[in-house]
This record gives sequence, structure tokens and C-alpha cells, in this order.
Amino acid sequence: MDHLLSINLAQMAFPEALPAITMAHYLFVSAAMFVMGLIGFLTRKNMIIMFLCTELMFQGAGLALIAFGRHHLAADGQTFVIFVLCVAAAEAAMALALVVLLFRHKETLSAQAWKELHG
Amino acid sequence: MINTTLLTNQISTILAMAPDTTASVLSQTPTEVGTGPKWILLIIGLPMLTSLLCGLYAIIGNKTKLPAWTTVAGAGIAFLATVAMYLSFDGTPYTVHAFDWIQVYFGDKAMIANFSFYIDTLTIYWMLFVTGLATLIALYASEYMSHDVGTSYCRFFGAFGLFVFSMACLVMGDNLLMLYLGWEGVGLCSYLLIGYFYKKPEAVAAAKKAFIVNRIGDLGLALGIYLTFVHFGTLEYAVLFNDPTLLGYIEAAKTGNFDAIPAIAQWIPILFMIGAFGKSAQFPLYVWLPDAMEGPTPVSALIHAATMVTAGVYLIARTYPLFLTSEFALPIVAWVGTITALLAATIAMAQFDIKRIMAYSTVSQLGYMFAGLGVLTPTGGVYHVLTHAFFKALLFLCCGAVMHGFAGQLDLRKLSGLKNVKGWGIVTIGMLIGCINLAGVPFTAGYFSKDTIIAEAFVTPGTSMIGWVLLFTAGLTAYYTFRVFFRVFMGPVEYHAGDEHHDDDHSDDKSHEFHPHAPGWAVNSVLITLSVLSIAASGLYFIGGNKEAHTKHYAQTMVMSSTASYDSPYSKHAIHAAHESHANAGVGPRGTIDKALSMPIIGGDPHKVMYYVSAVVGIVGITLAWFLHLFGRTNAAECKMDPIAKRFGPIPKMAENKWYVDEFYAMIFVTPLRIIAHIFHWIDKLLVDGIVNLFGYLPRIFAWIIRPSQSGVLQGYAVSMAGGLTILLLVVFVILMQGGVS
Repeated sequence: MDHLLSINLAQMAFPEALPAITMAHYLFVSAAMFVMGLIGFLTRKNMIIMFLCTELMFQGAGLALIAFGRHHLAADGQTFVIFVLCVAAAEAAMALALVVLLFRHKETLSAQAWKELHG
Repeated sequence: MINTTLLTNQISTILAMAPDTTASVLSQTPTEVGTGPKWILLIIGLPMLTSLLCGLYAIIGNKTKLPAWTTVAGAGIAFLATVAMYLSFDGTPYTVHAFDWIQVYFGDKAMIANFSFYIDTLTIYWMLFVTGLATLIALYASEYMSHDVGTSYCRFFGAFGLFVFSMACLVMGDNLLMLYLGWEGVGLCSYLLIGYFYKKPEAVAAAKKAFIVNRIGDLGLALGIYLTFVHFGTLEYAVLFNDPTLLGYIEAAKTGNFDAIPAIAQWIPILFMIGAFGKSAQFPLYVWLPDAMEGPTPVSALIHAATMVTAGVYLIARTYPLFLTSEFALPIVAWVGTITALLAATIAMAQFDIKRIMAYSTVSQLGYMFAGLGVLTPTGGVYHVLTHAFFKALLFLCCGAVMHGFAGQLDLRKLSGLKNVKGWGIVTIGMLIGCINLAGVPFTAGYFSKDTIIAEAFVTPGTSMIGWVLLFTAGLTAYYTFRVFFRVFMGPVEYHAGDEHHDDDHSDDKSHEFHPHAPGWAVNSVLITLSVLSIAASGLYFIGGNKEAHTKHYAQTMVMSSTASYDSPYSKHAIHAAHESHANAGVGPRGTIDKALSMPIIGGDPHKVMYYVSAVVGIVGITLAWFLHLFGRTNAAECKMDPIAKRFGPIPKMAENKWYVDEFYAMIFVTPLRIIAHIFHWIDKLLVDGIVNLFGYLPRIFAWIIRPSQSGVLQGYAVSMAGGLTILLLVVFVILMQGGVS
């Protein structure tokens, strides 16, 4: 399995220049994207930025799925990510429309403006 | 020869009795009870039909006197059917089957209570005066209730018809369950009619009181019927009164051997008796009847004087064989009746409302009937029912006419000399005839029926004290009866209108001077008819005897050929026979005839002596009333009695306040029950409702605790979500580490 995993183009082209890209590398990038998104989501107040951060978390998760799919030489992970992208696109259309509506009400993009919607 | 005890429900058995019979005669063979013609169902069906029609009139908004004429016609035809039933009766009891009602089988026992009717002489006797009086009083009410023409008029006659139907079920039913149905039915109609003026709080309270007090008695009756079924396995009269077990018990009772009768059988009559005390307003359950006078007067006359309140007497007369099997039932009946007679008479003496006086008089006279049943003369009791029904209905209707004519005035201190007011002649004569009957003036019907009871009380061993009390009460009765007559109808003319201004066509005159409006033709014709009947009832004492059945007069003949048949071994001819042949002295439930003969009997045969003694007692009472309430009286309000009453100190006041019996009941029963009701109300509210409400509150309290977590800050939610996820992942991680995942 380790042998199959290490087969990729860059390594084949420059076997000495680049170290072998392993599963751990992909997962690291994926986790980094997810955490950046999470931090962005928790710290920013602009609703559009927060939305972009959720997209970032999505893609982090998607990357991990594709990496695992490749690792297992199965198409499931990639198929799943295509679906996620479709849903994310549809969701982006809706979420941005909502943001526009909210902005029209309060003339601000701050999430804090909607604090009174508590239970 | 001695005919010690005749216990049979078949006249033919009596007729077939051998003349040399010395032992007690008892019909041991169950009689075949035949079936009768179906047209007898008219007596039941017509009153029900008129009741339904009155309901229909109310729905279509009839504003005429049509309901009254419907009811009069229905009751009248029912009366004619009863007469036809009487004339076609050949001496053998029979049943008429309407439809199957209740048939339940428990193993080998069957509880059969069909909607069918048992016709014997007692039924006929009762139905004759029930339907007859219902017709007359409906006619009277057509005029009396004319102020209420419209829905209320329909309501009145609807309940009236329902009452006649229920009473017919009670009297004619061929089993105890039908009797119970009728019993509850008349109770309901009584409630509806007492509360007829439902906007008057007193009327509503009186209706409730009547219903609740009656329920106490009804419980006794229901339990008695239950025990009858449990012990004898049947509720049908035809089977029950020919039951060999019951006949065996009566044999045992006659020899005084009450130990041979199981206690359960001895309890049945005691329970029935409680029911009878409630319905017939006997001590201690009499308190509802005087209050029941809140109802319209025709109702007081029909239901609360003549018919419904005699249902208790009917019950005991009908189930007399059961009463003979109990050691204590009949003595209790006799004593309760006597105490009631005396107590009610003393209260009646001090009342000022003439309708109340008549109400207490009814209670008192019902006491006489119970005493008659208790001292082994069902004949006396049942005869008194009939005579009392006529003269008391007459008295009530006369009082009603006065009340109607004088705008609700009933206070005898505000009415005087009505004899001389134009248009009141017939009422005065009717009242006089009623009063002489009630007072027991010689040769009136009331005189004969009351004498039968008092005389029999002196003959039956151990009850002479009852006789003395009843005799004393007869004197009081004569006094209070003529007190009303002398105050209201005799003396100087003076009257004050009452406070009921419902008579609109007179309202203009009211401001100037009050004109009493004399009764019209319907009231007068009813009063004349009842007067004639009251007088004619005394004739029944001389006719209708049956030599072969050893009965002396009509009522006795009717009783002796029914289930109430009981020929007291101590009665007149038995004593005479015992004199002739002392060796044949018989034995009765109260001891031997020897014992009866040794009783103190005012120096002679009580049956003869009593005619003179009670005549004297009655006349003394009337004279006293004349002297104290008429002689030298110059106005309505004052009389010679007033200074005398003052000398008695608080006693007249106490009697006027009904000896504070109502207050005593309020303290002993009503208030504690109310307190208990309040306690249960709070238990229900706090404990039961509390638990239910607690389950409602728990989620709210929980929500109140966690509600602050919803701050409304989006980042806050996100942090908690991320934090929660982190903790979850850490937990999974730790578990995986510890689980040693390879």
C-alpha cells in the first residue's frame, strides 16, 4: 500500500528534488484549511467573511476525503466531494441572498446587529 | 271459630275456607296469576302521552290552555279506564304485560323485571283515587295556573302528566323494580314541580331539599329490593308473595318464633321502611314536606297531600307479608308514625301560614296511616289514605283558592271572615267539609278511618300507649284545623292582599283598594266534587262488606283480597270468638289473644268505645278552637289565644320555629357535610390538580434554567458548537487510546 501511495507525477519527474508526498501531508493541509476557516468564523463579524470561512472549512474537509479516496484507490471520496461542491454552490446562492436581505434591514453586515433574535 | 291469620293474595282462598277452621289459614299453593286485557295499558300510556304532547306544545309555542285540556282529557280517560278495570275485576289478580324490560340470569337465578302490571284490589283501590284526583286537580290547575299561560304552563302540565305516569308505574308495576322506577319518577316530578317557580330562591332550595332528603330514603328502598332478590330470588309480586320460604317465615312469626327467620329476611322490611319514611315524610325524614309548599298549590294538593306521599303507605301495604316476618319492623313503623303524628300536630298548632298548617297536618295524618300499618291494621291505614286523599286535597285546593284570590296571602292573621265576602261561599263550604273530616267530627269519613286506627292500637297487645298518643293528637288536630277555619273564614270581614302582584288586570286597582278575585267555574266545580267525595267516603264505612270474607266495609274488602291482607288475631271478631271458646285462643306476632284481652281497654270493647271517646276528643278540640279563635274576636290579627300563648313562655315560639329541627339538622348533618365537602374540594385542588400542574411546570422550569445559553450572539453559538465538538472528539480519542486500537 505504501508503494502505491507514493506514486505521483512530481516524484516520478524529480525523484531526488522533492521528498515523497505522503498521506500525512494532505491531511495536514486539510486540517490547516479547516482550522483557518474555524478561527475566521469565530473571530470575524462580517457575515460575508463568516460565510467564506464556512466555505473554507468545507474545502478542507473535501480535501481530506479526496486524499483518503486516493489512498484507498476508491472513487467514493471524489464522488462525494463533487456532491458537496454542488450543495455548497446552491447554498452559497441562498446564503448570499440572505445576507443581502439582512443588510437591507439593518444597513450593516455585522452579525452582532441580529443579537435580539435570541430565545 | 277463629280465623287467626289470613295471608293470601287470592280472594278465592278466603272464600274456600272451611267454616270450622280453627288453625291459622294460609294459602300454601302458589297461585297461577292470569293475564289481563291489554287496554289496561291505557292507564299507563295516556298520562305519558299527554306529558309528551305538552312538551310538543312548548316547542311550537302554544299560548292557549290546550296543555291543561290535554292533561284533563288524558287523566280523565285513564280514570274511566281504571273504573272499567274495577268493574271488570272478578276477584282474581292478574298481570298485564307491556314489554320485556330487564331479564338477567345468574346461574340458576333469574332477575326478571318486565314492564308489566299487577292488578289486584289494592292496585285498583289506589289507582281509582290517583287518577280521579289527578283529573280533578288538573281541571283546577287549568284555572289556577292561568297567569302562566305559555311555556311555563306547558312545563307544569308536562310534569303533571309525567307524575301521573310515574305514580301509575309505582302502584301498578308487577315487580319491585317497576315500583322503584315509579318511586324515583314521582320523586323527580315532585322536584320539578316544587321548583316550578325556579326564579324564587326558596322554591329552588325547597326542591333540592325534597330531592336530597328523599335520596336518603331511596337508598334504603334500593338496598331492600336488592336484599329481596338475594334472599328470595325474585322481584315479582306474583312469585314473591307465594314463595314457600316466605310463607314459612310468616308461620314462624305468628308463633312468635322470630329466631327461625334469618336476619337478612328481617332486614328487608326495615330497609323498605326507611324508603317509606322518606317518601311519606315521616320522622326523622319529614322536613322536606312543609318546605315543598313552595310549589304551586295544585301540586301540593295532588303530590304532597293526596297521592305521592302515600306511596310509602302503599309500599308497606303491598309488602305487608315481608313486614310480618320482622320482629321489629312493624313496632318501629307504629312508633315512628305516632311520634310523627304528635310532633307535626304540635308544630301545626303554632304556624300562621295556612298552607304550612295543612302541610304539617299532612305529615301528622301520614303518621296515623303508618301507626295503623304498625298496629296490625292495614285496613285502617289504607282506609285513612283514601279519606285523607279526598279531604286533604279539598283543604289544599281551598287554601289555594284563597291564596290565588288574595294575591298570595296565606297568613291567618291577615285574613278573616271570608264567609261573608261575595263569591267565596263554595270555598267556605268546601273548607268546612274538609275541616270536619280532618278534625274527626262524628260520622265523617275522617272520623271512621281515624277511629279504626286508634281502636286497633288499643286492641293490639303492647301498643295501647300508641293509642293514647294518637287520641291526644286527634284532639290537637281538631284544634289546629278549626283554628284555621275560625280565623280565616269566620268572624269580622277583614283582609289584606299578599305581595304577589302577578295579576296584571288588577294592577290598576291595587293603588286604590284591593279586590279579591273570587274563584271561577273550574275551581268551584272541583271544590264541589271533592266536597261530595269527602262526604261520600264516609259511606264506604257502611257498604262493601263481604260476610264470607269476614270484612265489614269497602276498604277492608279491598285490602283483604290483596297482598296487604292481614286479619289481626286481636281484632274484634277474634276477641269475641276467644270469649266463646277460650281454648282456641290464637297467637299473633305480638303475643297471645289472652294477652290482648288483658290489655286496658277503657272499660269495654275499644271498637265501640272509641266512637264515643274520639267524638268527644274531636268536639273538645273544636270547642277550644272556637273559644280561643272566634268567640269575641273583633279583628283578624288578635284573638283570645294570644295572652294564653304568652303564659306558655317560649314554647309556642319554639313550636312556631318547628322545634328547631331544621336548625338541628343543619348543625348535625348539613354543616359537617359542607365542611367535608370543602376539605375534599381543597384536596382535589391542591393534591390532584397540583400533581397534574407539576408535570406542566417541570419543562418550564428546565427551560428557564437553560434559556440564558441562547444569547443571540452568533459567535457564541459557534464557539459552543466547536467546543462541544472538540470535547466529543477528545472523549473519542481517549477511549480509542485506552482501548488500545491497533
